[in-house]
Amino acid sequence: MSTELKTKVAIDGVGKVFQVDGSPVTAIERVDLDIRENEFVSIVGTSGCGKSTLLNIVGGLDEPTSGEIRIDGARVTGPGRNRGFVFQSYSLFEWMTVKGNIRFALEKSTLGKAEKEELVRHFIQAVGLSGFENAYPQQLSGGMRQRVAIARALVYKPSILLMDEPFGALDAQTRGMMQELLLKVWEDHKVTVLFVTHDVDEAIFLADRVIVLASRPGKVKKDLTIKLPRPRSFELVTDPQFTVYKREILTDIREETLKVMALDRK
Amino acid sequence: MSQNPRQGIGRLFRLRQEIPASIFSAAGFVVPVALLFLWWLITSLGLVKPLFLPSPGAVLEEGWRQLSEGILVSDASVSIYRILIGWLAATIVAVPVGILMGNFRIIEGALEPLISTVRYMPVVALIPLSILWAGIGDMQKVLILFLGTFFQQSLMIMDNVKNIDRNLIRAGQTLGFSNFEILYRIILPAALPGIWDTFRITIGWTWTYLVVAELVAASEGLGRRIMDAQRYLATDTILFGTLFIGLMGLLTDYLFKKSGRALFRWNNQSR
Repeated sequence: MSTELKTKVAIDGVGKVFQVDGSPVTAIERVDLDIRENEFVSIVGTSGCGKSTLLNIVGGLDEPTSGEIRIDGARVTGPGRNRGFVFQSYSLFEWMTVKGNIRFALEKSTLGKAEKEELVRHFIQAVGLSGFENAYPQQLSGGMRQRVAIARALVYKPSILLMDEPFGALDAQTRGMMQELLLKVWEDHKVTVLFVTHDVDEAIFLADRVIVLASRPGKVKKDLTIKLPRPRSFELVTDPQFTVYKREILTDIREETLKVMALDRK
Repeated sequence: MSQNPRQGIGRLFRLRQEIPASIFSAAGFVVPVALLFLWWLITSLGLVKPLFLPSPGAVLEEGWRQLSEGILVSDASVSIYRILIGWLAATIVAVPVGILMGNFRIIEGALEPLISTVRYMPVVALIPLSILWAGIGDMQKVLILFLGTFFQQSLMIMDNVKNIDRNLIRAGQTLGFSNFEILYRIILPAALPGIWDTFRITIGWTWTYLVVAELVAASEGLGRRIMDAQRYLATDTILFGTLFIGLMGLLTDYLFKKSGRALFRWNNQSR
């Protein structure tokens, strides 16, 4: 659990309305959320609840139609190097090697060449890819590709890591390993994480707080603090307290799913 | 057909299943060879008059005659020159236009309807205008090849660019790159294997427009030779010329495939 109380990300009355075929569709109604420094926050919800949209807005990749985001007190007006992004689709630069991908992220940095090389080496090691520096992404497995993406998103030392269902495309075993790896990297390189997922186990296992978003339009339905000890390992999912959290979140999501199904039937 | 689909010929007809590589490539030879045999059989049995269908031997002889008299080499070099200039001119314009259309909605909105309309206009019908504008020299041939290639090509390049993962652009934005840097350091390399494939396909189309380009006011060229042969009902010349153009198209296709593989080693799909 995070002990620092400084607000890192302030999500203040954020709403997003898309124009779909000329008619407005509200993706997010109004989200108010304060995320503290170095906190690990998971966001769950039914598909289409606007969780990825919210993440994109925090990333500055999308503009809110109402409200605003502040990072360290400064209003977000676009993407920036204080945030790193990891996408489900890996989104690596496939014409570059593992090393090239990570080095590319440092190109806008003012560090010296030697420092950059050292950072690249450090993060390749941190995500367990030593020996694969010169491999091309298409030669790697899904889990390894996502490790490259994590290293690329962290190497320039952003203070916030935004992850949009990063392990959604991986098989269950790889996913478990990646979760443990992510926690280790997060503990070693203090960073605030916003982690969007639809996997409730994953959300609880990783986070200090789980935010359940209500669907159509999206708003915060529940803000649950996860009081499970760290460091965490895979056995945690059998902990009775884990199950209590899981039941509570699943009940919320089920409610939302039923609501959406009823809406669709109309 | 065998009872057990795992054995015999049934093994080759399972939905979407791999077959031995040797059988796969052999099949590609068997069909043309069979057609060739059929052609030979028909002509040697005298089922069709040579005026309508000359024998394979006659066509080969015609090829040998053109080669030994130097006609073939001079025709081919003139035509290859026109193809290269026409296709390069189209490509030099189509690449930036396609890239801009694929990335900026405003440019797509401004150009796409126009290009989509023009590409359905028959190029043959533009011959009179092309003569009026470009005279009767090489420029006119190049112009026809340009018109036959450019419009399709720019739309295909637009699609190549649109097909890249949008998150690559987002990653670039997050990393602090400017729009221009994202354009040429991320979007362009990501789309390049697709664009290369478009090059391969469109230069094939340029070849197919050759005869149209050399339809009028040409004294040399592979296409011209065919049109001249029409006057003398020299079917063997027509057939040889057509087959030779096909062969040249196949060769360029192969060269683009090979070079694509060498250029984009990182890409599994082009391997």
